[in-house]
Amino acid sequence: MHSFGYRANALLTFAVTALAFVCAISSFSDKFSNQNPSVEIQILNINRFKKQSHGNDEVSLTLDINADLQSLFTWNTKQVFVFVAAEYETPKNSLNQVSLWDAIIPAKEHAKFRIQVSNKYRFIDQGQNLRGKEFNLTLHWHVMPKTGKMFADKIVTSGYSLPDAYR
Amino acid sequence: MDWQGQKLAELLMQILLLIAAVVSFVVGYATASFRTMMLIYAGGVVLTTLITVPNWPFFNRHPLKWLDPSEAEKHPKPEVVLSSKKKSSKK
Repeated sequence: MHSFGYRANALLTFAVTALAFVCAISSFSDKFSNQNPSVEIQILNINRFKKQSHGNDEVSLTLDINADLQSLFTWNTKQVFVFVAAEYETPKNSLNQVSLWDAIIPAKEHAKFRIQVSNKYRFIDQGQNLRGKEFNLTLHWHVMPKTGKMFADKIVTSGYSLPDAYR
Repeated sequence: MDWQGQKLAELLMQILLLIAAVVSFVVGYATASFRTMMLIYAGGVVLTTLITVPNWPFFNRHPLKWLDPSEAEKHPKPEVVLSSKKKSSKK
């Protein structure tokens, strides 16, 4: 501590160490928030359901997504990424996950929303298994904190089925 | 900066930064604002820098008192004798 440079160096080191601890505690404080997100997804319409020329089934549908994810936001949350995936089982794959729609929620004010959209990404099966297929629509979310570990969770809503014939 | 001043500067630096960290976290958590926390902590670091890094006069209150050169000449250094003899004489 005998010179300007040594004091500046010691101060910077200590300051950054303390900052790391503050960030760790901030991240830890998230554990005390209780999260109770809710979501309801309805299929308003099957817009198109056909076999592609090279043989895979493709569906276009309109979704009504009514979600309340406000409880995911704490003071340490930067943003939340959400996506809706159709999940179903086929003889070839025990779990197919097809992302239909996604969004980035930048703030708590935008975390309660209701939108009606047709699928943003194409819903294509690996094969011709979609006629009469029962499937789940799952809302997945990834919480990106300002400091700390990212974490993900999901809500599964089940009981949807596709028509028995192409249209 | 003298010896006492160096000790004081280090102690002040650590205490002030810890206070800044605790205050910023408490205020940030209470107002649910990460930005406020960072601004308070940054302010604390700047304040600590201003207080402890420059060589302020109050770090120099305990100057070392060296002997006057003339005084030193009156008491010449003890002559260097063979180390073995010195040790034995001490015992």
